[in-house]
Amino acid sequence: MSQIGSYGQRIKSFYWSHIEDELGYKQGGVINIGWYCSDRICDQGNSGKIALHYEDFKGNVREFTFNDLRLAGNTIGRFLQNLGIKHEDRICLFMDRIPELYFSFLGILKAGAVVQPLFSAFEYESLYVRLENAQTRAIITQSKHLHKIRKIRDRLPFLEFIIVVDDLKSKKPEEREITFSLQEAEPVNNFDIFPAKAESPSVLHYTSGTTGQPKGVKHVHYSLISQYITAKWVLDLREDDIYWCTADPGWVTGTSYGIIGPWSLGITQCVLDSGFSAEKWYSFIARNRITVWYSAPTAIRALMKAGDEIIRNYDLSCFRHLASVGEPLNREAVLWSERVFGKPFHDTFWQTETGSIMISNYPGMKIKAGSMGKPFPGIVSKLLDKNTFEPLEEPGKVGLIAFRPGWPAMMRTYWDNEKKYQEKFVNGWYISGDKAYVDSEGYFWFIGRDDDVINTGGHLVSPFEVESALLEHPAVAESAVVAKPDEVNMEVVKAFITLKPGLTANQELELEIMNFVRKKLSSIAMPQEIAFMDQLPKTRSGKIMRRLLRAREWGEDTGDLSTLEND
Amino acid sequence: MGKMTSEEIKEIIYKYIKDEFLEDTEEEIDYDTPLISGGYVDSFSMVSLLVFLERRFQIKIPPSKATPEAFDSVNKIFDLLIQFIQITN
Repeated sequence: MSQIGSYGQRIKSFYWSHIEDELGYKQGGVINIGWYCSDRICDQGNSGKIALHYEDFKGNVREFTFNDLRLAGNTIGRFLQNLGIKHEDRICLFMDRIPELYFSFLGILKAGAVVQPLFSAFEYESLYVRLENAQTRAIITQSKHLHKIRKIRDRLPFLEFIIVVDDLKSKKPEEREITFSLQEAEPVNNFDIFPAKAESPSVLHYTSGTTGQPKGVKHVHYSLISQYITAKWVLDLREDDIYWCTADPGWVTGTSYGIIGPWSLGITQCVLDSGFSAEKWYSFIARNRITVWYSAPTAIRALMKAGDEIIRNYDLSCFRHLASVGEPLNREAVLWSERVFGKPFHDTFWQTETGSIMISNYPGMKIKAGSMGKPFPGIVSKLLDKNTFEPLEEPGKVGLIAFRPGWPAMMRTYWDNEKKYQEKFVNGWYISGDKAYVDSEGYFWFIGRDDDVINTGGHLVSPFEVESALLEHPAVAESAVVAKPDEVNMEVVKAFITLKPGLTANQELELEIMNFVRKKLSSIAMPQEIAFMDQLPKTRSGKIMRRLLRAREWGEDTGDLSTLEND
Repeated sequence: MGKMTSEEIKEIIYKYIKDEFLEDTEEEIDYDTPLISGGYVDSFSMVSLLVFLERRFQIKIPPSKATPEAFDSVNKIFDLLIQFIQITN
């Protein structure tokens, strides 16, 4: 029997207050995620249970119990308090997936500050705009990423502390830089954990939109209620599970379901700090006897590409439940996993803004391969007409996926941008920006995004951000960036550019521009292809018609071209 | 493009990776350092490395051969390249 049991029954009898009771939370009381993920599990008699099994790319293994987690969180929390870090100060985590990243996450929350996790592959400009927007007071990082921070720190006067958790090697600490070694610090057994209330801010994740700079999505400690119960019912996590979430905590999946969900349930989880390799992944699963695996369609398709033959080298009979997130999971991937692993991947749908899983396929419920599944109990979801924003009741009609606000993990605002936050709501609905249809049995089927944001390998990339970076290259006159279909990543970034007078396109320049964007923003934002054009298609008012370029890439109808100035 | 020795080819690959992916860092790599699994080059950046190799050695590497495993070290990239180019001893 799965943890959710009967989906139909759960829908009928669901109240968020029941989950509050299960977690021992009383309205108006204290709810600190850091405490729930470590101290509470120890209090339940599981202090010696393995919380984290960590492996680096060289195969070095380190294991930590829930008591280790508790002590490490306390020690980091105390260290931050001694620096003068206060309630609601933003503390950025900018690290690879090393244990200190996970401990610091809990330590920051225990100290009452706000965690701002950022993907360590971000380059200096991506880092700058996010730190600048959040007015981040401290950043916790590794010496290998220090050069990116040093490039921008003069533009960040409010960044008071640059905390390096490993050896500075031959580097000498510079202005604002301090080292902190968990191994050398005196473990703090008793720590006055910040008495966070439901609405106390907890995590600030950044996400990209079509226009403007990335937005900081503010979450609160009360999000725990959603993250706990979705981890239990959707991922079907049980006491004796060995769980692996492949997402990096720089993204919301890596925190909601790579930290908060599993640890609030007292689950042992594995972390592999290594780039993708089919052999490495299968070996990691087989050696650690992973029972529940939460991964992404891009990774699943890359494994499919690696072939079935390799799978025979590993004993993967340990799998009990498989789930996927990040982009829609195609039908072929579901059927493939059923064939090679004997288990289908269960697709899940949610966003940085929703904080927790909203629509999903559930253990025990019939899977329709390629479908998103059905709304989680307690979640009211409808498809809305794109023009009237009225609910569509007829099966098969494509509409905007919308949710009735009020679930615990919903974002509370966009940092310093309440206007943009309010724009996400129409007629009392939160508009997700994604389109779908619902079939006669109530299953949701993903159609696509309703904007120009590029979803590459499960990461959202703003065309505006890439276009702006391209314009800073000395050879580029104009730029337009769209999504291009891709077999593994679903979409990749494609740039259309015109060059400044007198310059000629060639392969060398293409490579130079690709690397320019990669080093400025990130590898994810780097155009995987650049098309040099004599002119970009524009409206008569001079606006670049990104829509037209995208439609051509996808072989879609280019729509109304009456406003096109040139072609 | 004239024929090159194995060592010359490896050095070109090594230098490009060092200059483009490890610029500003003190990280040291050798010909066997795992580039993809070690996190120095990710699957997205691999595309620019592929463009560089194809341009520099005037070859076309089919997508089926451009895998993370084949790009995981200078030596592995070299093993891939010699399927498409001639070398001198």
